[in-house]
Amino acid sequence: MLALLVLVPLLPVLGFAVLTLMSSHHPPRRVAAAIGVGSVAVSFVVTLLITVTFLTSPPPGHADVQTLWDWIAVGDFSVRVALHLDALSLVFVLIITFVGSLIHLYSTEFMADENDWNYARFLSYLNLFVGMMLVLVLANNLLLLYLGWEGVGLCSFLLIGFWYQDPNNGRAARKAFLVTRIGDTALIVGLFLLFDNLGTLNIQLLMTRATEQWAPGSALAVAAAALLLGGAVGKSAQLPLQIWLPDAMAGPTPVSALIHAATMVTAGVYLIARTHALYALAPTVMTVVAIIGALTLLLAGFSALTQWDIKRVLAYSTMSQIGYMFLALGVGAWTAAIFHFMVHAFFKALLFLGAGVVISRLHHEHSMFKMGGLRKELPLTFWTFLIGSGALAALPLVTAGFYSKDKILWDVWSSAQGGPWLWAAGLAGALLTSLYTFRMVFLTFFGDPHPLVQEHSPLPRPGIRIRIPLVTLAVLAVLAGLLDVPKTLGNFPLLSDFLHQVLPPVEQVATGTSEATVQVLSSLVALTGVAIAYLFVMRWRVMLQRLTHTPIGAALWRLWFEGWGFDRLDNALITKPFLWLARVDKRDVIDLMPAQLGGISEAISALLKRTQTGQLRWYALAIVAGAAVFLTAVIVL
Amino acid sequence: MILNWLLLIPLLGGVVAWLVGLRRPMWSRWLSLAALGAYFILVLALWVTNVDRLTVATEQPWLLQFDSAWIPQIGARYHLALDGLSLVLLALTGLLSLLAVATSWQEIQDRVGFFHFNLLWAVAALTGVFLAVDLLLFSFFWEVMLVPLYLLIGIWGHERRIYATLKFVLFTQLGGLLMLVAILGLYFLHGDTTGIYTFDYQSLLGTNVAFPRLAFWLMLGFFAAFAVKLPAFPLHSWLPDAHTEAPTAGSVLLAGLVLKAGAYGFLRFLFPLFPQAAASFAPVAMGLGVIGILYGAVMAFAQTDLKRMVAYTSVSHMGFILLGVFSRHNLAWQGAVVIMVAHGLSTSGLFMLVGDLYQRLGTRDITRMGGLWTLAPRMSRIALMLALASLGLPGLVNFVGEYLVLVGVYKTNSWMAGAAAVGLVIATVYSLWMLQRIFTGENVAGWHIADYGRRELAIMTVVVVLLVGLGLYPQLLLNTTQTALTHLQATTAATESSVGQAQTLVQPYEQLPAAGGDGTAYSLERGK
Repeated sequence: MLALLVLVPLLPVLGFAVLTLMSSHHPPRRVAAAIGVGSVAVSFVVTLLITVTFLTSPPPGHADVQTLWDWIAVGDFSVRVALHLDALSLVFVLIITFVGSLIHLYSTEFMADENDWNYARFLSYLNLFVGMMLVLVLANNLLLLYLGWEGVGLCSFLLIGFWYQDPNNGRAARKAFLVTRIGDTALIVGLFLLFDNLGTLNIQLLMTRATEQWAPGSALAVAAAALLLGGAVGKSAQLPLQIWLPDAMAGPTPVSALIHAATMVTAGVYLIARTHALYALAPTVMTVVAIIGALTLLLAGFSALTQWDIKRVLAYSTMSQIGYMFLALGVGAWTAAIFHFMVHAFFKALLFLGAGVVISRLHHEHSMFKMGGLRKELPLTFWTFLIGSGALAALPLVTAGFYSKDKILWDVWSSAQGGPWLWAAGLAGALLTSLYTFRMVFLTFFGDPHPLVQEHSPLPRPGIRIRIPLVTLAVLAVLAGLLDVPKTLGNFPLLSDFLHQVLPPVEQVATGTSEATVQVLSSLVALTGVAIAYLFVMRWRVMLQRLTHTPIGAALWRLWFEGWGFDRLDNALITKPFLWLARVDKRDVIDLMPAQLGGISEAISALLKRTQTGQLRWYALAIVAGAAVFLTAVIVL
Repeated sequence: MILNWLLLIPLLGGVVAWLVGLRRPMWSRWLSLAALGAYFILVLALWVTNVDRLTVATEQPWLLQFDSAWIPQIGARYHLALDGLSLVLLALTGLLSLLAVATSWQEIQDRVGFFHFNLLWAVAALTGVFLAVDLLLFSFFWEVMLVPLYLLIGIWGHERRIYATLKFVLFTQLGGLLMLVAILGLYFLHGDTTGIYTFDYQSLLGTNVAFPRLAFWLMLGFFAAFAVKLPAFPLHSWLPDAHTEAPTAGSVLLAGLVLKAGAYGFLRFLFPLFPQAAASFAPVAMGLGVIGILYGAVMAFAQTDLKRMVAYTSVSHMGFILLGVFSRHNLAWQGAVVIMVAHGLSTSGLFMLVGDLYQRLGTRDITRMGGLWTLAPRMSRIALMLALASLGLPGLVNFVGEYLVLVGVYKTNSWMAGAAAVGLVIATVYSLWMLQRIFTGENVAGWHIADYGRRELAIMTVVVVLLVGLGLYPQLLLNTTQTALTHLQATTAATESSVGQAQTLVQPYEQLPAAGGDGTAYSLERGK
C-alpha cells in the first residue's frame, strides 16, 4: 500500500496538467470541477489508505522511501526523485490533502461567477499548489524539497495575481514571489554548504552525518542552520521577510485559505522541523528562531488590531500564529509546533472560507466597518466563524486552539531553551490574539447591520459545496484538540507520541510552577481579551476613537496599521536603490567605450582627409619629407 | 565521413535553397527544412549508435574522426573529431536551426532563397567550429561563421542594422584576430622546441608548460576571442545591438548557438592548452562572470525594448557559464554545458516570442504592451514557461545547469557562489516584470491580436517540452557529456601537474592519433 505514495503528489500535478491543456478549449464546469476536486480528493483517500497501512504495519524504522528515478547524477553528486514517508511527513500530507480537498470543493462554488476559462485555470493552479506542497513535504532530499519550495512560490504568484487585469494584484503577486525568493536564495546557498561539507543532500543522511561530524555550536552547523532559516522566514512570512503576506490577500479568498492553512506559509515550519537535528547543533540559531517567532507574533498581533480589512486581520493573525510555531521550534518543542500547525490549518482555513462567504455576499466588500449584524443574515457562516475564532483565540477547553497553544506556552515556559521572557511574549500575544479576533467577530457579525448589508439583504445562503467545508472544519476546530490532551486534563498525547518517532521530546527543566497554573493563566488572558474586545467594540467605541485621535494614539495606530513600516524600510533600502541603478545605467555605461572608439577614429579620419588635397606640390613635399625622415633614421640608428 | 556530411548537407542545401528560392521562395523554405531535418536526424543517429560508447571512458576521447591533409606545407590538417560535448552542441545546432527556419516562415518575405542560404551556411560554419580539432581549421570556421551572420543581420535586420552589424563584426574580429595570433604563437613555439610544425590540437597540448609567462599571453589571446563571443562582461555591448536589429532567426542562431561557440572554446581549447595560465587567471575571469550575472540582470530589468532586454538576460546567463568554467570544477563544467543547452532553448524561445509579438504589434516597446493574456492565452502560457526557465525555476533544465555550476563554484569559492546566487533574485525580478508588463494588467493600448496558430504553437511546444523534459531528466544530457568533460578535465589536470617537471623542455605527450599523414605522423613519449 505504501507504494501508492507516488500517487499522492502525482494526482494533483496531473490534474493541473490536464486542466491546463483543457483550459483553452473552455471545458464545461462540471468536468473542470470533477478533475480539480477529484484529483486532490483521491489523493486524500490514497493518503488515508497509506495512513492505515503505516499505523497497522509500520515500515522498518518507521519510515518508507519510494525512489522514482535519478534526477541529477554527475560524478559524486547524486540526487534522486524519491519520496520519504515518516510520521512528520504523514501528518503534513494528511492535512494538506484533507484541507486542500475541502478548499477545492469550496472553490467550485465560490468561483462560479468566473467564465469557463478562468474557472478551469483557477482549479488548475490550485491543483499545482497542492501538488508542489506535497512534493515539498515528501521529498527525501533537499533539492527535491527545493523544487516543491519554488513550485509553491510560483503557484502563489499565479494565484495571488489570478485576477490579472488589476495591476495591484500583479504587484502583490510579484512581491510574494520575490520576497520569498530572497529567502530561497539563502536556502540554496545553504544547500551548497551542506553538500560541500557533508557530501549528500539526502535529508536523513545529512542529519546523521551532521550529528556525527559537527560539534554542537560549530561554525558550519550554525551557518547551515542560519541559511536554511533564511528560506524558512521567507516562506513562513516571519520577520524580516514577512511583508509579502498581507498583500497576498489580493488573490481570491480560497487562495488565501490554501496559502495560510495547508500550503506555503507552513513550509518554513516543516523545513525546520524536518532538519531539527541540524538546529539542535546550532543552539544560537534556535534562540534566533524563538526570538523571531516571539517578535513576529507580537508585531503581527498589534497590526491585526488596527486593520479594517477582514482578510488583512486574518493575514496578520496567520503571521502571528506561525510566530507561535517558530517560538515552539526555537525552544525545541517540535511536536507542539506541529500540533499547532495542524489545529491552525483547520481553524484558519475555516476563518478564511467564512470570510470569503461574507465578502462575496457583500459584493467584494472587505471592510469590517461596512458589515455588522451578519449574525442573523448568515447564521451558518456566523456559527462556524465563531468556532474558528474561538479556536484562534484559544478559548479554554472547548476549542482545539486552546490545547495546541497551551502546549506551546507550557513547553516554552518549561523548556531548557525557553524561559519566562519568551513565555511572556507568547502570553501577551495570546491577549492580542483574542482581542483582534473578537474585535473582528463583533464588528462583522454583531451590532446593527451597516446600510450596505441592508441594501443587499436578504443575503443568499451558501450552497452545499460551501457548507460542507465550513461545517467539517468547524467540527475539527473543536475536536482536533483531543488528539493531544495535556497531562492536567487526562494525559492523552496521541499526536505527540506518534511524532516522537521522528521528533525528539522537548527538554524540560523543573520550574516550580505547575502546568495547570500556566494553563489557567493563559485561559484567563484569552477570556480577558474577549471581554476587552466586547467592551471597546460594542460599548465604548467612541472612547476608542477618541484614543486613536490623540497624537500618540494616531501615530501608533498608523504604525501598526502599516505593519510597523517594514514596507517603507524595504522600499528605501532595496527597491529605490535598485530602480535608481537600473534607470541611471539604462544605456549601459560599458557601451560608451566602443561608441567613443568610433568617434575617435572618425576624428582621425577627418584629420587625415585634409592631407588628400589633390595638389601635386603637397604630395611631392610629403614624399621628400618622408624620405628625409627615413634617411635620417637610417643614418642615426 | 559522416562528419563531412554534417558539413556538406547544410553547404549544399544552402546553395540549392538559394537557387530554388530565386523562382519559388516557398520551396526554398521546405528545402531548408528538409536539409536541416536530415542534418538533425544524422546527429541523432550518431547519438543513438554511440550511446553505449558515450559513457565508457577510454584513452581515445573521440567517438569519430576524420583526418586528411589540408595545407601540408605548414602542417595544417583537415581534422574533424566528435566527442560527447560536440555531439550535444551539434544536436542543439540541428534543432535550433530547424526552429529558426520555421519561425521565419512568415517573417522573411524578401530574398527568401538567399536568406536560407545564409542560415544554412551559418549552420555549416558552426558545425565546423564544434568539430575542428586542428587549430587553424578551427580558426577558419570561427571567422567564416561571421559572414553569413553579418549578412543575415545586415540584410533582413531592423532599422539600425548597419550600426549593429559593424559593431558585431568589429568586436568579434578583434577577438578572433587575437586568437589567431595566439594560435600562431603556439604553433611556432611548438615548432621551435620540437622541430615539428603543426596545428594539431592534441600535439599542441602541453606545449607551453615550460613557458608560463608566454602561455599567459597566449591564453589571453584565446580568452579574448571566446569572451567576446560568449559575451563576457565588459565585452558584451555588441550583443544587445546585434540582437535588437537581427531578424528572429538571426537572434535564434546568435543566442542559441554562436554564444555557445565561445563557451565551447573555453572547454575544448583554453583549459587543455593553457591549464596553469587559466588557473592563474581564474579569479579575474570568475569575478567577471559574477559581475556579468548581476550587471546583465540589472540591465535587462532597465530595458524597455523587449529584444534588448532578452539580450541582456543572455549576458547574465552567460556569466554563469564563465563563472562555472573558470571554477574548473567538474560539476561546474557539467552545469555549464547544461546551461548551454538550456539557454539555447529558453532564450531562443524568448526571441521567437518577441518576434511573434513584433509581427502582431509592430513594436518591441514593452511600455506599450499589456493585458494580452485574455487575447492570447496560449502565447501567455508559453511566455510564462519561458520566463520561469529564465528565472531558474527547479523542474526546468536551466535550474539544473545553474545549480550544478553554483555547487561547483561553491567548492572553489563560496563567496562568489553566494554573490552569483543573488543573480537568481534579480532574474526573478526581470522575468516576472517582463511577463506582467506584456500579458497582465489592462489592455490600455486596445490591442487586438491573434493567439498562437498551429505552426507557432508547434515550435514553442518543442521548446517547452524539452525545457521540462530535460529539467526532470537531465541525465540524458549529462550522460552524453560526462565522459568528454572528464577527459578534458583529465587532460587539463595532466598538463597542469606536469608543470613541476617541465623545467627542461616540453613534456612529451602520448595518445596521439595514429591517423597517418605527414603532419601528425610522429609520436612522443610522455615523461613519467
